[in-house]
Amino acid sequence: MSEPVSALGGAAYQGFCKVQEAGPVGMLTLRGNFASQVFVNAVKTSVGVAMPKVRAIVTEGDRSLAWMSPDEVLLILPHAELAAVRTRLTEALAGEHALVVDVSDARAVLTVSGAGAREVLAKLCPVDLAPDAFGPGEMRRTRAAQVAAAIWMSGEEEFTLIAFRSVAGYVMGLLTAAAAPGGEVGVFA
Amino acid sequence: MSTRLSSGGRLIDRTKALEFTFNGKRLRGFSGDTLASALLGADQMLLGRSFKYHRPRGLVAAGVEEPNALVNLGQGSRLEPNQRTTTTEVFDGLSATSQNHWPSLEFDIGALNGLVARFLPAGFYYKTFIHPRAAWKHLFEPLIRQSAGLGRAPVERDADRYEYFYAFCDVLVIGGGIAGLQAALVAGAAGARVLVLEQTAHWGGRAPVDGVQIDGRPADDWIRNAVEALERMENVTVRTRVTGAGVYDHGYVLADEKVADHTPGDGRPKHRLWRIRAGRIVTATGAIERPLAFAGNDVPGVMLASAVRDYVVNWAISPGDRTVVVTNNDDAYRTAIALKQAGLAVPAVIDARPEARGALPEAARAAGITVLTGTAVAGVKGRGRVSGVQLCPQAGEGGAVTQEIACEAVAMSGGWSPVVHLWSHCGGKLVWDEGAAMFRPDPARPPLGADGTGFVFAAGSANGALLADQVMGDATAAAEAALTAMGKQAGAPATPESHAEAEAPLLPVWIMPQGAGPDLRMKMWLDYQNDVKVSDVQLAAREGYESVEHTKRYTTLGMATDQGKLSNINGLATLSNALNLPIPEVGTTTFRPPYTPVTIGALAGEARGEIFQPLRRTPMHDWHAAHGVEWEPVGHWRRPFCYRQPGEATSAAVNREVLNTREKVGLLDASTLGKILVKGPDAGRFLDMLYTNMMSNLKPGRCRYGLMCSENGFLMDDGVVARIDEDSWLCHTTSGGADRIHAWMEDWLQCEWWDWKVYTANLTEQFAQIAVVGPKARAVLEKLGGMDVSAENFKFMEWQDGHLGGFAVRIFRISFSGELSYEIAVPAGQGRALWGALHDAGQEFGIAPYGTEALHIMRAEKGFVMIGDETDGTVTPQDLNLDWAISKKKEDFLGKRGQQRSYLSSPDRWKLVGLETLDGTVLPDGSYAAAEGVNANGQRNTQGRVTSTYWSPTLRKGIAMGLVRRGPERMGEVIDFPQPGGAVIKARIVDPVFYDKQGEKQNV
Repeated sequence: MSEPVSALGGAAYQGFCKVQEAGPVGMLTLRGNFASQVFVNAVKTSVGVAMPKVRAIVTEGDRSLAWMSPDEVLLILPHAELAAVRTRLTEALAGEHALVVDVSDARAVLTVSGAGAREVLAKLCPVDLAPDAFGPGEMRRTRAAQVAAAIWMSGEEEFTLIAFRSVAGYVMGLLTAAAAPGGEVGVFA
Repeated sequence: MSTRLSSGGRLIDRTKALEFTFNGKRLRGFSGDTLASALLGADQMLLGRSFKYHRPRGLVAAGVEEPNALVNLGQGSRLEPNQRTTTTEVFDGLSATSQNHWPSLEFDIGALNGLVARFLPAGFYYKTFIHPRAAWKHLFEPLIRQSAGLGRAPVERDADRYEYFYAFCDVLVIGGGIAGLQAALVAGAAGARVLVLEQTAHWGGRAPVDGVQIDGRPADDWIRNAVEALERMENVTVRTRVTGAGVYDHGYVLADEKVADHTPGDGRPKHRLWRIRAGRIVTATGAIERPLAFAGNDVPGVMLASAVRDYVVNWAISPGDRTVVVTNNDDAYRTAIALKQAGLAVPAVIDARPEARGALPEAARAAGITVLTGTAVAGVKGRGRVSGVQLCPQAGEGGAVTQEIACEAVAMSGGWSPVVHLWSHCGGKLVWDEGAAMFRPDPARPPLGADGTGFVFAAGSANGALLADQVMGDATAAAEAALTAMGKQAGAPATPESHAEAEAPLLPVWIMPQGAGPDLRMKMWLDYQNDVKVSDVQLAAREGYESVEHTKRYTTLGMATDQGKLSNINGLATLSNALNLPIPEVGTTTFRPPYTPVTIGALAGEARGEIFQPLRRTPMHDWHAAHGVEWEPVGHWRRPFCYRQPGEATSAAVNREVLNTREKVGLLDASTLGKILVKGPDAGRFLDMLYTNMMSNLKPGRCRYGLMCSENGFLMDDGVVARIDEDSWLCHTTSGGADRIHAWMEDWLQCEWWDWKVYTANLTEQFAQIAVVGPKARAVLEKLGGMDVSAENFKFMEWQDGHLGGFAVRIFRISFSGELSYEIAVPAGQGRALWGALHDAGQEFGIAPYGTEALHIMRAEKGFVMIGDETDGTVTPQDLNLDWAISKKKEDFLGKRGQQRSYLSSPDRWKLVGLETLDGTVLPDGSYAAAEGVNANGQRNTQGRVTSTYWSPTLRKGIAMGLVRRGPERMGEVIDFPQPGGAVIKARIVDPVFYDKQGEKQNV
């Protein structure tokens, strides 16, 4: 009964790119002082992923740590590991001014994969998606058409996009329209 | 007649014939034709009617500047009005109809306007405003409205899709003529990211038509090599069919790609709107030829000399067997020579200049063409099409016709104007070039970017380098300047030698003949589409219009769909003559984007249908949809307004939901409520500043209702705050307030109290929240089991974590209805399942979901205020009798000082009361209570207004809340609410709490 449920039940669309809702993903918001050794150590020991630099995302195995703002990172990890990591982090940060909170259900996670993935996102996000300008390791908070989103490269030809859960259907609609056959732009390919 | 020549045509493929229709007539063209060239090839000279006088009109131009030959293109869901035939590529099955005529193109009733032309002078429209007053409303306005517009607006949904594309580059080159290609080669070779846009389907612009030689070979060879070289460069992107439409601040450019205009229905987007950020912009947008102002210059068959040349060379079109060329410059002789080379007759070149001894005139003479210098056209013969021209001396008044020449076409050239639009959009200034009689970009005053330096560089003809010999050097220089401005090093770029015959200076000729009298001047068209003539501009000047911007609006010169591409310079030169001022002192009108029309579909992009706007769904959205929901938009959310059972009216459903909740138990989807976690050592202090009441002394496990005010003291949001632990609070906001209040918190934390140790997180979407409301609410929760929700263990205004029916939940015992009520939060993913479990468990207790309207009625019965109903940004908590929620102990909170201002603390303010009509009916929403007397504007004085009003199914009468001057002091008084139509509804001022005044029901 408490199995996690994602917003779109794993919906998928195959156009000139594949669009796929990723299903339940664990996400923790961490806020704290990045200059504090306690905070950095807590993250290192409890999460096992190095702190990302500005506008970066660091991935170790199936865990990623993404820079969100000067005092906020987003931990992305398998849903099953979330509770334990949250407990460890909370304990390690006892006495430190910090915030650790589960946001897994607040968001929808979608992937766009295929040779034209950059073009699909470039139709919706005002971001320079040229291969030289946007590569693996970059975390970009931006918008997808009319809603807030963040994107990063989760594979050679794959992007992951997160948006708020309530607009998951809208974002799926956007990506489906952008990936519809015939819409290839031919700029990055 | 105009025909297709048997050979030639560099852009057409004669092996690929295409069929299309014009006004239902089946016609043939070739692949590579524009609709204009194909129509001319089929002898379709008459293509439309002008806007005001419905004059017969044919093609004037061959490119984007065409003012006349606009058509309704396509049908039904693909109908587009006002499409320029000159930029429409012909495809098999294309269908077009002509515009602005009734009943037919050939016979048009509206042409009678032409007979009364003297009664429709410049400013006619504005003059109709003046007198007699009744005439505007009853005569002119209906008449003008009837005749307004050229094409038909589509009525069907657009069958096509559109999209955006966000692009980034160092150097954006707009224009794919030889200047643009050269600039791109230079920038590309320097390693810059380059994007090159060409509006047509072909590279190279005019150079091949004008016989330009590059490095000793025909321009076509160099163009082909240049494009191939650019395509090989990984840092360069080249695109055809993309029009640079507008240049904006920070190197932002809009460009419109016509992806599938020529292949409708092939599944591709029709247009793609490129939203480009460019480091620097090179505008290589070419130049546009100017018409000459002579009597009858709008008769079909009178065309720009360059357009005639284009039709002959590019599409193998003969505009007629005999074409007379009229000019004030050498360039037009190229048209005479091209016609001659195509085997067509050129009876004469009429040259206004006293002498024409340049290489081109001599070449024309050598080809056997008669050149008549110092000569002007006194008139054009023919109505529906040209049959001849009458000549006279340019120096005279046109009274004495010296000669008549029979011909089928007239090719005119008044010189060239650089296309400075994109240079000018963002503030680039122009300079008047006396020698070439043109405005060109002033390199000393470019549009300035964020760093204070110019970010647009004009190249080639667009920069005034009209002669082939100058173009390549100018383009290289523009690209180098753009690179230098970005701190990039241009290599040692090779600048090819471009060459064409030398040209002697032109003679500025603004009317022809120079002394033409009124009869001729009222037949000299400046703006073809809007029917503005030389006489109209002169009239405007006589009537005192000195500013070119005013004259434009008064005469409508340049206000048609072509935005004056042909008419502006001739018009302002005419104005400057009439005002006896030099042209640069008169100046130009403002160049505004877009350069050419951009269809609304392209601007809307993907935003249509299901993805027109983001629609926010709660986790229970699909359940509501499957259970008779009537939606209410709340911001981008959709919330259930009510759930209708089969055959049930909306009002009946609402009343049923209220009574069921009051008597049994209801279920509300409250997921949209804002939920913001506030944590840190200073969180209590922070919340004490944000809320009007104390939050720091709230005990963990307890809830408290709080109010938030702006600095001005006005109530902006409310909600229940729960203390989670020693340093964490969870703040509930209104549904519409979640994002705004979160931003408000961060604003104060980041900008004002940056040293306070507080973190916030907006958890609104993390949780689904379900309110179980009504006397049986406890029974429903107990049925699910797992938590002790008894009155003893779980008191009003407490919250508890636990497992309810197996769900990990947080339950808040709070009430917005006055009933026993539990609001249950679960992770959003579990919301749908918990809703189902509650609905199932509640069956035996008569559970039914209720929507926002029942919620509103129940809170109004209890006298609870609603942000946005009782508040509108000018209402304080004190106005709503909420003094109990305003701390007297706190030294400060946001809004405290504001509320102490004399006006906000005045006893005369309108304050919250209940209102009951004397007959029990519902008081209309928004009604005002009238007071004695009238105000300074003669309006009835008011003393209050209705803020919420409902039929209460519980009390079986209308109830309302309102703000009334000194209302609480006037209990029992009856006041008047006048209605539209004169009726007056009387209502009594009462306590706003209509139901369960002691609050016993929620506290059981």
